[in-house]
Amino acid sequence: MKAIEISEVRHHFGEKEVLKGITLSAEKGEIIGLLGPSGAGKTTLIKIITGQLIPSSGSVRLAGYDMRQPGKEIYREIGMMMDDFGVYERLSCYDNLKLYTDIYRIGAERISEVLKWVGLYEDRKCPAQKLSKGMRGRLLLARAVLHHPKILFLDEPTSGLDPATTRRIHDLIHQMQQDGTTVFLTTHNMTEAEKLCKHIALLHEGSIVEYGEPKEICRRYNHQNRLRVLLSDGTVTQLPNTEEAAEQIREYLLERRIETIHSTEPDLESVFMELTGRSLQER
Amino acid sequence: MKNTGIIFRKTMKDTGKNIALLIQFIMFPLMAVIMENAIQIEDMPEHFFVGMFAVMHIGMAPLNVTTAVISEEKEKNTLRVLLFGGVRPAEYLLGIGGYVFSACMAGAIIFAVLGGYRGKEFIQFLLIMATGIIVSMLLGAVIGIRSKSQITAATIMTPVMMVFAFLPMLSMFNETIAKIADIAYSQQIQLLLNGLASQTAPEPKSLIVIAVSAMIAAVMFTCAYRKSGLS
Repeated sequence: MKAIEISEVRHHFGEKEVLKGITLSAEKGEIIGLLGPSGAGKTTLIKIITGQLIPSSGSVRLAGYDMRQPGKEIYREIGMMMDDFGVYERLSCYDNLKLYTDIYRIGAERISEVLKWVGLYEDRKCPAQKLSKGMRGRLLLARAVLHHPKILFLDEPTSGLDPATTRRIHDLIHQMQQDGTTVFLTTHNMTEAEKLCKHIALLHEGSIVEYGEPKEICRRYNHQNRLRVLLSDGTVTQLPNTEEAAEQIREYLLERRIETIHSTEPDLESVFMELTGRSLQER
Repeated sequence: MKNTGIIFRKTMKDTGKNIALLIQFIMFPLMAVIMENAIQIEDMPEHFFVGMFAVMHIGMAPLNVTTAVISEEKEKNTLRVLLFGGVRPAEYLLGIGGYVFSACMAGAIIFAVLGGYRGKEFIQFLLIMATGIIVSMLLGAVIGIRSKSQITAATIMTPVMMVFAFLPMLSMFNETIAKIADIAYSQQIQLLLNGLASQTAPEPKSLIVIAVSAMIAAVMFTCAYRKSGLS
């Protein structure tokens, strides 16, 4: 049984079709990323997958549960960190989490454990309204993982965060995955997707335009198939990625002139641009 | 109903740190204490300020706090997270309602003590107050449930609150207003409290208006809840 199974999901807002037959799946313990610019339909899809929206057609199953009629039990299996989910501003970090340990009937010792994990233990008494954006993001992550979910949904988890906080959240997501949690991530940050995800789906105007492993997708669109060589005198030369270039590279090596060699496969941003004519960063 | 107590405690903690809401619970009981002790006018009915501020308390605190708590939770999506956590809508509403009712009744006890009620009259005073508080809470819940944001909720709630909190006081000065106010539950509660103070039997009309108001509020609440739910 797959952790996430999405089949032919379509959704309309009035006349406008915002999702056009999405089919995706994720194995247990996998990090899957959904990439697309703002307005591509990422948040709508994540809301449908988590049962916050009922799709116009198609089916979604999470850990075997049908999400068109989600029961109470499934929400014990999943954790969500959505961009628009708030916290109780006047309550402390500790009290914000205490509410949920009470609801989930889990011991209060889990609060300290999770606060230490996200690096907020020292700020446990701080009211949520006094937290920085990065700290608030970590509090939302702490709340999402409090009950040991089997599937974790993260909607733009690092949007607008500084590099240090972003790195910290990436490490936490990796740890979750290593502990066997399936992670479904939406982002418009290609570096994040390349770094974290085993598989990614590129979403454009409600359709998946490409799916696969990030590196494999980049290789697939490596039309030039060349090698870019930076020489010690600062000149850059491009050679075909074939046997013909071997002699030239050997010469450079013998002359100790090579600083770096890179293949010319495009990054995800360029692939997305080639497929859609749009940038992932567009808003 | 396991989560009702959890929601009750959460609301108590949260509103305890919200001065704007906290003040709603203590404002009129405190004003009654001050006025009762500071102002003594000849021919003024005994404990005049108790009745007047008790009705303002009924018309303002439960309505305002219930609306504010529900609309804030809806706007910030904390309510949705609670529901995903497995809290049932009924548990949520009972938790919020239980807290608002208890806090408002604490104010009612202050009024009863201040009014010098003892024994059976004390209970009667609290029963009258409880009825009014419940009607106001239902109205507040309707506004909170139907509003998409705190601003919308406050825009609707303010005139409703003004009418029910201040109409009984204004009716003392103007007969036309008094006639109009006759259909307001808060006006009839004022008359019941006055009757209790002067030890006269309640008018059937008062009981009918309050009962009808309670029924209308309950029907409105049921319709709003069925139409919008809590999401």
